[in-house]
Amino acid sequence: MVEITIRKRPRAEAVVTQRKFFKKTARGKVIKVLRERYLRNDVGCGISGCKTCTQPAQILLPSGGSAESKLFLNGHFIIPDTNVFLAQMDLMESNLFNPPVILLQTVLEEVRHRSLPLYNRLRALVKSDDKRIWVFYNEFHSETAVVRVQDETPNDRNDRGIRKATAWYSSHISLINPPVRGQHPKPKPIVVLLTDDLQNRIKGEKEGIKCSSVREYVESLGDHSAQLLDLLSAEGDEIEPTRVQSSSKQALYPEYLPLSAVFAGVKNGQLHQGHFNASQYNYLEGSVLTPAFSRPVLLIGRENMNRAVHGDVVAIEIFDEKDWKVPVDQVIDQEAALKNDDAEDSEDEGEDEMFVQEKKALQEERLAVSAGSSKQPTGRVVGIIKRNWRAYVCHIDSTSLSSSHATSLSQQTVFATPVSRLLPRIRLRTRQAPALIGQKILVTIDRWDATSRYPEGHFVRALGKVESKEAEQESLLLEFDVPYRPFGKAILDCLPPEGDSWVVPPRDPNDPVWRDREDLRALDVCSIDPPGCQDIDDALHARRLSNGNIEAGVHIADVSHFVHPETPMDTEAAARGTTVYLVDKRIDMLPSLLGTNLCSLRPFVERLAFSVIWELTPDAKIVNARFAKSVISSKSAFTYEEAQTRKDDKTRNDELTESIRVLNSLAQKLKAGRMAAGALNLASPEVKIYLESSESSDPIDVEQKKLLETNSLVEEFMLLANISVAQKIQETFPQTAVLRRHLPPPQTNFEKLQDILQKRKGMNLDVSSSGALAASLDKCEDPELPAFNTLVRIMATRCMLSAEYFCSGSVARDTFGHYGLASPIYTHFTSPIRRYADVLVHRQLAASIGYSPLHATLHSKGHVERTLDVVNRRHRMAQMAGRASVEFYVGLVLKARGGESIVQEEAFVIRAFRNGLGVFVSKLGIEGLVMFKGEPKYDADNYTLTVPSPENEDVTIAVFDKVVVQVEVEKDKNTQRGKVKMTLVDPPVARTL
Amino acid sequence: MASRVEILNDGGFRSDGRKQYELRDIVIDLSQQGSADGSVVLSHGLTQVSASVFGPREAKMRSQTLHDRANINIEVTFAPFSMGERRKRSRNDKRVLDFASTIKATFEPAIQTKLYPRSQIDIYINVLQQDGGVLQACINATTLALAAAGIPLLDFVCAVTGGVQSASPLLDLTTLEENDVPHLTVAVMPRTGNITLLTMETRLHVDRFEEIFQLVTSAGHVLHKEMKAAIKDRTRTLVAAMSVAPKAVGEKDPLYSERMDDS
Repeated sequence: MVEITIRKRPRAEAVVTQRKFFKKTARGKVIKVLRERYLRNDVGCGISGCKTCTQPAQILLPSGGSAESKLFLNGHFIIPDTNVFLAQMDLMESNLFNPPVILLQTVLEEVRHRSLPLYNRLRALVKSDDKRIWVFYNEFHSETAVVRVQDETPNDRNDRGIRKATAWYSSHISLINPPVRGQHPKPKPIVVLLTDDLQNRIKGEKEGIKCSSVREYVESLGDHSAQLLDLLSAEGDEIEPTRVQSSSKQALYPEYLPLSAVFAGVKNGQLHQGHFNASQYNYLEGSVLTPAFSRPVLLIGRENMNRAVHGDVVAIEIFDEKDWKVPVDQVIDQEAALKNDDAEDSEDEGEDEMFVQEKKALQEERLAVSAGSSKQPTGRVVGIIKRNWRAYVCHIDSTSLSSSHATSLSQQTVFATPVSRLLPRIRLRTRQAPALIGQKILVTIDRWDATSRYPEGHFVRALGKVESKEAEQESLLLEFDVPYRPFGKAILDCLPPEGDSWVVPPRDPNDPVWRDREDLRALDVCSIDPPGCQDIDDALHARRLSNGNIEAGVHIADVSHFVHPETPMDTEAAARGTTVYLVDKRIDMLPSLLGTNLCSLRPFVERLAFSVIWELTPDAKIVNARFAKSVISSKSAFTYEEAQTRKDDKTRNDELTESIRVLNSLAQKLKAGRMAAGALNLASPEVKIYLESSESSDPIDVEQKKLLETNSLVEEFMLLANISVAQKIQETFPQTAVLRRHLPPPQTNFEKLQDILQKRKGMNLDVSSSGALAASLDKCEDPELPAFNTLVRIMATRCMLSAEYFCSGSVARDTFGHYGLASPIYTHFTSPIRRYADVLVHRQLAASIGYSPLHATLHSKGHVERTLDVVNRRHRMAQMAGRASVEFYVGLVLKARGGESIVQEEAFVIRAFRNGLGVFVSKLGIEGLVMFKGEPKYDADNYTLTVPSPENEDVTIAVFDKVVVQVEVEKDKNTQRGKVKMTLVDPPVARTL
Repeated sequence: MASRVEILNDGGFRSDGRKQYELRDIVIDLSQQGSADGSVVLSHGLTQVSASVFGPREAKMRSQTLHDRANINIEVTFAPFSMGERRKRSRNDKRVLDFASTIKATFEPAIQTKLYPRSQIDIYINVLQQDGGVLQACINATTLALAAAGIPLLDFVCAVTGGVQSASPLLDLTTLEENDVPHLTVAVMPRTGNITLLTMETRLHVDRFEEIFQLVTSAGHVLHKEMKAAIKDRTRTLVAAMSVAPKAVGEKDPLYSERMDDS
């Protein structure tokens, strides 16, 4: 049993052992704090051979100290003060630097209060075996404890405590080595106070303590001093007080203008309104696209971004034209840059190192701006019109934790790092921080005060362990705001009561189902879809007519027969907007009974459809088009590959195969026509993930999607149907038709790409029209690099705007066009199971052919606009979620592969930064950054980066160069966030980060 | 900033310089206070409580009279200045009432109430200063005040708080520590080893419980020695004041019952 004792604290010592002070809380309340401490004599000095102290049997400091320094030949110990650790941690961590160090408790605690990350590094240092550091608890030793005296700053008190402890050690060493009579007195080691504070040194010398500055000391070290001097940070040379005199709370950001002033400013054109977009690569930069400028307005630096978070609607003020700048080509990673920032203290820091560093980074950029590059307007945020804050998926940054014991109930302030790189770190107060480490959590931002560097938020809930599939999937859905809850009872009640036994009733003109429906059951209809497709919403047929023309039909699932306006199911579908496809999960827009059964045009069953039937000449010219509600019976459901092989199989001559051939020949002509009209053949990096089995959903491989002829077949007819339907509903409902458009991109978007192509490859990109662009894209070929053309297409696609749904009465007639498809009018009609806009189009089309009256809501422009706004947003989010899901699985594949061998892939350089390269690995469909240490030579005009290679020759890498990168998934130690890390393999370079 | 203080640092020291198994300084002042039959001001470190005992006396209220034993009435007040933040608690504060009834339950098995049927023992506890272990201080103070009042007890009731930081048990927690670690308070009757109170408001793993419970119980015995010494000391002073010279060492004091003098 352990010995339990009662520690006595004599009343006489109360001056030293008891402390009372008042503290003001954040809310302004004054709180009295009483503290006591128990002083003792059994605090070990850590020097081996000391008989007066009770020492634990650990590694102790050598009794003679170290004789390495030329200044102290008799051996010495060093006692560094707080600044040494704050500023020179790299030196302390160096393997070459290992004199016996006495680390005072005062110093340790001061480091802890200043920066937790540094403190954690220091603790690791104390524990490491190759360092000789002894922690002396001077505050608890009765002979070294100090109390703050009147008018003394905490900083001075600590300095005094450090000096007192140093003096104590000096006299203590004489006790260890008592002079033995008759012998020559042995040379005694000395204790050296290591400090860069001149004032402190002067005071120390006065008190008879040996003092030294870090530089002076390191220079005296002999062997490795040159290497160690390199590690000294410049800051150490200046003398700065340990603690910033906290002038209560200093505003770090300018205050916002009152809302009325903001609105007035926007109205009279002084201010501009727009969505704030944070930069992916540089956390100190953001941009706002406003109608007044063709190029996005740059916001550079924290103050100018003024607490705007990605997605907020902000009001900005534009700076003078002379202050306009070029966006910087530097990757600044928030995590790396702010590694040592402190969650708790950052509240009351004014101008500190971090800001100074950030300023420096920004200044560097400014210098690098070359005269030739085109400038962008700059500005600053003066007000927030609307916050678009939501719950963000985050990880807890483990270094910001003050206590990592899982049982700890203490409330701590920690940083939560959002998964998205566009968001700032969020400060969070929680009692369960240790338990949340390694988990994905949901955090919402509550507020962002002008006095606080980071937004403050609160913990919502934990999603599960990082990298578990469930947590990743849910976090993905949350991150992209995808509604994924199961359908409620009210919604399910809207389904036909027969459930999955619902069938098309036998033909009877009096039956409401058969009213005005054509019976197309006899036609050879088939569907062609990707493998494993369950929600088949389109089917096709074609047959030759007696007049030599061809009848082709597209049959779309008749969702509007089941989903009626203003029912709970309709409202829910409108809110969901679209079905979301993740690699291993589908989040349906409509209940699965409809989506995968009743509306799905499965083979061999009768299904209701909405048909578009054309009469086409063999040259694919439309003779006429008609629309009809119908009943069809699909004869077969092909996959793209099956259809392809069937078509190519010369031995087969049955009707179905024949109709596929007819459709295919028409599709080719349609495509040729479209291309001639100037449609773009764009590319996006799409990859397919192969899952081991549907249950385990462990990915086994990833490969680029292949495109077959039949893909194009289906696509062409869908486009044709969409265009025909668009014309029809626009004719009938010129005010409220639901259409889709793709605005031509502003020419300025292409400037950079044009410039790169011109300079690197000598190619021209003509962006005057979509046709010209298509033609010049075709010419962008590099015979040695077949993938180059695809790459250029991908990059061109990124310069464009995204397509959107709109209400025909809301925009000018001349902006209806679809740029990418080169069609004057377009809509979405063909996938009502998975897109809500199509459901609306179905209703409008049904009304325009007189099948049913149009519901009142679809007559209202405002209602249609509002609905489409939601659908547009959901659509965008769904795309991003799908992409992110693929990315996650690619990561899993890489990880699985990485276990066995190093993954090396060919990649193209797509961007050059001042300190790294953006590369695109087409085989995996992922983009990554290759960062370089030091200062590579960056040529902004020619888009090249020159990096030293191991043979001391410089390697120049330019945009569009093919390189080989090593791809691995690396887990961030602090946040547990899996990161794809890329390093350059070929051409070889000296130091990649 | 509470969370910035390390509960137990790498050197094995707690935030106030104690080690794991060290109790805080205990000060017992048994001097007379007003007209109370027995009173004490007790401090564990910076936690200070005063307790006064009146009775046994005739029950004031008929309804509270028990025909076969004495009724124990405990009232606890928290001084508004006892905490960092000045706050007045009403007399009917639920937490305070709950607190008082906990103490009452602790003492019911210890006081020989059967000796005083139809009477009442009033115990007034005043918390003067709080720095963790308030319940423990109240119980210990009550024991001492009861003894000082001469009310027959079966045994001392000694209470100690214990907690676990990660895997290391701690004894006698301060507010700082109470906020941070799961903790429990145990009141033990040292002679019999009976436990009259065990409270825990936080979660503690079962595996740790046994260990910490044993530790706290043995800490109760350590405290018992200290409390007994204080009572003896006080009695000696009183006896001296009555100008009855203390008998030679080894002889029993008349006022000093045998029950108190175990060993």
